[in-house]
Amino acid sequence: MTFLSFLRNNSFARGVHPDARKSTAGSPIRRMPFASRMTLPLAQHIGTPAVPLVRAGEEVVRGQPIARADGHLSVPIHAPADGVIEAIELKPSARGPWVESIVLRVYEASTQEIRWAEPRDLEALSPAELLRAIQDSGMVGLGGATFPSHAKLSVPESHPIHTLIVNGCECEPYLTCDHRLMLEYPADLMVGIRLAMRAIGASRAIIGVEDNKLDAAAAMRAQLPADGDITVRVVPTKYPQGAEKMLIKALLDVEVPPGKLPMHVGVVVNNVGTLTQLGQLLPAGQGLTERVVTVAGPGIGKPGDYWVPIGTPMRTVLGWAGVPDADAREIVLGGPMMGLAVASLDVPVTKGVSGILVFDPRPEESAAGRREYPCIKCGECVRVCPMGLNPSMLGMLAAHREYDRMGAEFHLGECFECGCCAYVCPSRIPLTQQFRAAKGILRRRAG
Amino acid sequence: MTSRIELRAAPHVSKGASVERIMFNVVVALLPICAFAVVQYGLSALALIVTTTLTCMASERLFNRLAGRPAALSDWSAAITGLLLALTLPPAFPLWMAAVAGFVAIALGKALFGGIGYNVFNPALVGRAFVQAAFPAAITTWVPAYYDGRFTAFIPTTLTAPLMTPPNLSEWVGRHAVDGFTGATPMARWKFENQIAEVGDFLSGMATASVGETSAPLILICGLFLAVRGFLDWRIPVAVLGSAMLLALVFHLADPGRYPPPVFVLLSGGLVLGAVFMATDMATSPVTPLGVWLYGALIGALTVVIRYFGGLTEGVMYAILIGNALAPLLDQLTPPRVFGQARGGLRDHFRRKPETRP
Ligand code: SF4
Ligand code: SF4
Repeated sequence: MTFLSFLRNNSFARGVHPDARKSTAGSPIRRMPFASRMTLPLAQHIGTPAVPLVRAGEEVVRGQPIARADGHLSVPIHAPADGVIEAIELKPSARGPWVESIVLRVYEASTQEIRWAEPRDLEALSPAELLRAIQDSGMVGLGGATFPSHAKLSVPESHPIHTLIVNGCECEPYLTCDHRLMLEYPADLMVGIRLAMRAIGASRAIIGVEDNKLDAAAAMRAQLPADGDITVRVVPTKYPQGAEKMLIKALLDVEVPPGKLPMHVGVVVNNVGTLTQLGQLLPAGQGLTERVVTVAGPGIGKPGDYWVPIGTPMRTVLGWAGVPDADAREIVLGGPMMGLAVASLDVPVTKGVSGILVFDPRPEESAAGRREYPCIKCGECVRVCPMGLNPSMLGMLAAHREYDRMGAEFHLGECFECGCCAYVCPSRIPLTQQFRAAKGILRRRAG
Repeated sequence: MTSRIELRAAPHVSKGASVERIMFNVVVALLPICAFAVVQYGLSALALIVTTTLTCMASERLFNRLAGRPAALSDWSAAITGLLLALTLPPAFPLWMAAVAGFVAIALGKALFGGIGYNVFNPALVGRAFVQAAFPAAITTWVPAYYDGRFTAFIPTTLTAPLMTPPNLSEWVGRHAVDGFTGATPMARWKFENQIAEVGDFLSGMATASVGETSAPLILICGLFLAVRGFLDWRIPVAVLGSAMLLALVFHLADPGRYPPPVFVLLSGGLVLGAVFMATDMATSPVTPLGVWLYGALIGALTVVIRYFGGLTEGVMYAILIGNALAPLLDQLTPPRVFGQARGGLRDHFRRKPETRP
């Protein structure tokens, strides 16, 4: 720290300040009842889909593994309720294509009790055994990335890790599930942080929280261990503060070089929601069967944060939350900046769904009202891109299908689709969407 | 059943910025300047402003239709071109010539390149440059501001029949001129007679000038309004005016007898109008922050150089057109530093080196 360091903005460069709209932050997490039928896709994580362990007609209990991991980059799936397996068949997924899923008919008498658990003495486990236990719990990045947690925490020895960064930014508008978890379960979070630190061999952990969640920062500070290994740091509220590279920059003032991962600068980043759940599940020896989901948006009867059993159909969740006319609305999974619009309400809540946002249909923004203009070169996109790209130029190249130049000369590969550029564009050019498509095309070309 | 769900790609929210909003606000910001011009020059100025604006909008509509683009005028950009064009013309400019300028501005300055966003040069300046070459006499005929009877009668030249040469104005000017009116702009008087106008003359509108050039404080206030609301990149006027003043100061200090003080450079001619409303045209200025600074500084410096050493008295217009031409190159030369990339180059030279370890 130099004496001028206070002049430095304690964050990353550029970015945007969308309206927070986090009206659900003030009320405690509630529990949603079981739906009568649940759908569990075998691929709810990045990597190889899980392999079913059950057959149609088999009875299962809440917490029982019903599919096993297939290889290292894969995690098992656990039954979210007592019931009987109805079928293993193709079901619609959030992204559109039908995917292989286990369908569970839930017994009406099913209770919240987890009836399948293998408690372990975690202290006695070696880091490798600990990673194995994490994989058995079915944990993935709950912030939306759905990268298997044990894989993220398995760092090659060539890259010693000095710091675990715990991401409590929740920079997306509307979402408050991580905020509530930090407020209500700080002790579980500390347990999870300790376990993750042990798995990666980090000597310290820093929890990064945006300065619009000071109550959460206070709640966590009250639970910090005395040895000082874990600290809480407040960072400015700005989107995308919760992106891994941006948070590392804000907390450590280190930039992860292009094409590299956090581990290349000795850091692993995990989301608070993930680590809280890890701190709850691992000591109890349980699997991941439910998660906290923010249900919000204009005109919802009962917005809020809910513990939702994984596999609950979207339609059921929205029914309970007081959205009778969900079919006529725009439904987004995740946050409004990076989330995915769903094509069908029959898709279930999966491990990666942090929010279900319901937007009004917007007639005033119909095709005519939302006329797209050519780029007027206002430069706004350049002034907000957190990666330092030139979205204006990239957009023009995309329009001319010059995908190779986008990648080779204008660093398309560095774009992480945060949406800042499209958010500010006065010409309403779907820049982020174009970049997503271009990246896909380049990936396919590369084989 | 599910087909009614709206499917749109992320991001699902937007800042709410729109081309229409930006352009409309620029129009609003230009209106006080136009009003002030009408106060100074009366009916003729009003007719001039209306003529260029209507011709620009009509031409825009025509070319959009010919090109099969949505024929919307709702983006207001043609109106801006029209208003700006009027503000750069002399008050006595014949209306038919103004209409030609308006048509050329849209046709050559905009439609030729493919319409809004694709134009390389500021359309208003293209129109102005065209009539400067086509009608050299009319574009340098000046009249005094605040002449009596300006709200009841036109300046005789205003209503010149199309394709006709306007009548000689010197007799009319002789009748209406207040003491000290010379019929030449302060810039020309300095250049050819070595006379430096008083600051008071500029601010009171006593100095001869184009329709919208005599109200520097008003232009700055309107520009500030836009900049504060985020519709105008403040860096450009700051860079243009800053570099022009700086260079003028250097000349002035080197030879005070020969070169006027910086404030003269600032207030004379269309420098402020150009810096605030024309150099800032989004489509024709760079997009990268560093490129924007260089672009502004270049325009400011070029203005002074053209004024002092060129054969012309008015440098801003050409300086901006040159800046426009170089904008794409400036963008290419000044890409932002990609996150995580090694620092280097002019701009990063001044930044802290990253730590590899915390
Ligand atoms: S979506 Fe990509 S290009 Fe656009 S602001 Fe984000 S990182 Fe930059
Ligand atoms: S924000 Fe849109 S209009 Fe502005 S420069 Fe970027 S792409 Fe062009």
